[in-house]
Amino acid sequence: MGNKTLRSFLLPTLALIAFIGVWQAICEIFQIDTFTIPSPWDIAGTMYEDSALLAKHALATMNLALIGLGLGLVFGLVVAVILHLVLPLREALAPFLILSQNVPLIALGPLLMIWFGFGITPKLILLVLVCFFPITLSVLVGLGQAEPQLREYLGMIGASKWERLRRLEFPASLTYLFSGLKIAATYVVSSAIVAEWLGANMGIGYYLNFKWKGFDQPAVFASIVCVIALSLLFYYAVVLAERLVVRWKPRPQGDWKGAST
Amino acid sequence: MNGYSGHSGLGSALELKGITKAYRRGKDRIPVLNDISLRVSAGEFVTLLGPSGSGKSTLFRLIGGVERPDSGRIFIEGKDTTGQRGLISYMPQQAALFPWLSVADNISSALMTAGTSKKEAKEQAAEWLERIRLGGVAKEYPHVLSGGMQQRVSFLRALLMRRDIMCLDEPFAALDALTRADMQRWLLELWEADRRSVLFVTHSIEEALLLSDRIYVLSPAPATVLSEIVVPFERPRRASVWTDPSFVELKLEVLRLLEQGK
Ligand SMILES: Nc1ncnc2c1ncn2[C@@H]1O[C@H](COP(=O)(O)OP(=O)(O)O)[C@@H](O)[C@H]1O
Ligand SMILES: [Mg+2]
Repeated sequence: MGNKTLRSFLLPTLALIAFIGVWQAICEIFQIDTFTIPSPWDIAGTMYEDSALLAKHALATMNLALIGLGLGLVFGLVVAVILHLVLPLREALAPFLILSQNVPLIALGPLLMIWFGFGITPKLILLVLVCFFPITLSVLVGLGQAEPQLREYLGMIGASKWERLRRLEFPASLTYLFSGLKIAATYVVSSAIVAEWLGANMGIGYYLNFKWKGFDQPAVFASIVCVIALSLLFYYAVVLAERLVVRWKPRPQGDWKGAST
Repeated sequence: MNGYSGHSGLGSALELKGITKAYRRGKDRIPVLNDISLRVSAGEFVTLLGPSGSGKSTLFRLIGGVERPDSGRIFIEGKDTTGQRGLISYMPQQAALFPWLSVADNISSALMTAGTSKKEAKEQAAEWLERIRLGGVAKEYPHVLSGGMQQRVSFLRALLMRRDIMCLDEPFAALDALTRADMQRWLLELWEADRRSVLFVTHSIEEALLLSDRIYVLSPAPATVLSEIVVPFERPRRASVWTDPSFVELKLEVLRLLEQGK
């Protein structure tokens, strides 16, 4: 077990180091100029020079993404519970739920800014829209998945619909909630970048836009590194939260990475 | 009280009168219960004995108020409660413990659903788990318990829910023979110390004879009451009745009844 954890940590790290090494080597062998593809060394240099600025912007993005994810979680849960309890509403609104995900962010963003100004409101609306969907969808499935035997038991002892939701359906849907939350957490950072790109005076998205217009490629790549780091941070925070909350199950041995072995 | 002509007498925990039920499958009406009448007196252990698929669980769903009979009435403590929920305590075949609650919380939260205060529910759960020597696993999640231990918890959960009638639906059917015999002795002892009104379902003749005061033998679906048998063995009853000659005789009689009912 300990050996396995070590491997699952060590191998990706080695792969990453190899990837960076090959990248650096290609840049040096073929003399690729920084303007086309900056070498990892150039990116690292820029990140070091700009570290104070990057930290400030990364913090702003993290803040925005965190609030967006939080609101998306609450909104997603409320929508799921309402749709679960009111069947006609579920049937009526199902197409719109999917439709809400088909509107491109870069089309919706500017509109929201016309309606709500350049403050945090339009950005949060954008993020909630991105986050609520995977949460609502997975929780809605989870609420319906509760074990029939437990459902029958609660019926027999006369539990109300509300009690059934609280005592059975909600706890049973927690693992589903967390898989939705993982998806939302992966998307929320890059969506925050888009929102900031469209109009902001803070955040990695703003920094990216600014540097991109100045043809500062190492800085553009530095932003990408920040986005990846933030996304990973969010994802693993959710994984950790799941481990703390869902404690009654023996830990699943193989996740999707091990599915084929 | 309610002016119903067939009002049951005092001392009757549960009484069913002329219960009929059919399910619809496509265009067909499939009769499951056909004019079932029976009663459980206060403090009596009554068993429904019938082949699987004869409609015993369906009858429980009607008593629990989860479904309504097509005709007939259900009385609990003399009151017409047909279609009312929340009046019985229930133990299903599969333990049906909540996997995210500890053993103790499984019991206390059921008691809270039945209206007991949180404090009292927790105290009772802890005290009784100790009493049945499961105090050591009170804080564990149910999945670490063996099948037999899970059923003990499930039984305790039904017992402590102080309702007028306990309905136990084939609670030991999924256990292996040894655990099962063990559980029967355990249940007998616990029940004889605190005589609650019990309606017990099984398809095992020995189990019915060992545990009950009275047995209703049911026919295959659509179920009717074939016969009512008073079990004569004295209480407190010990597992040694198995070897009693009259036990074997009675067993053969029930077997004949079930054969004829086919
Ligand atoms: N909801 C239902 N819809 C249709 N048929 C049902 C339903 N529930 C039970 N039945 C049928 O009723 C019959 C009796 O079932 P059940 O009460 O579970 O029997 P038992 O508990 O005695 O084994 C079975 O033939 C079963 O298929
Ligand atoms: Mg059954």
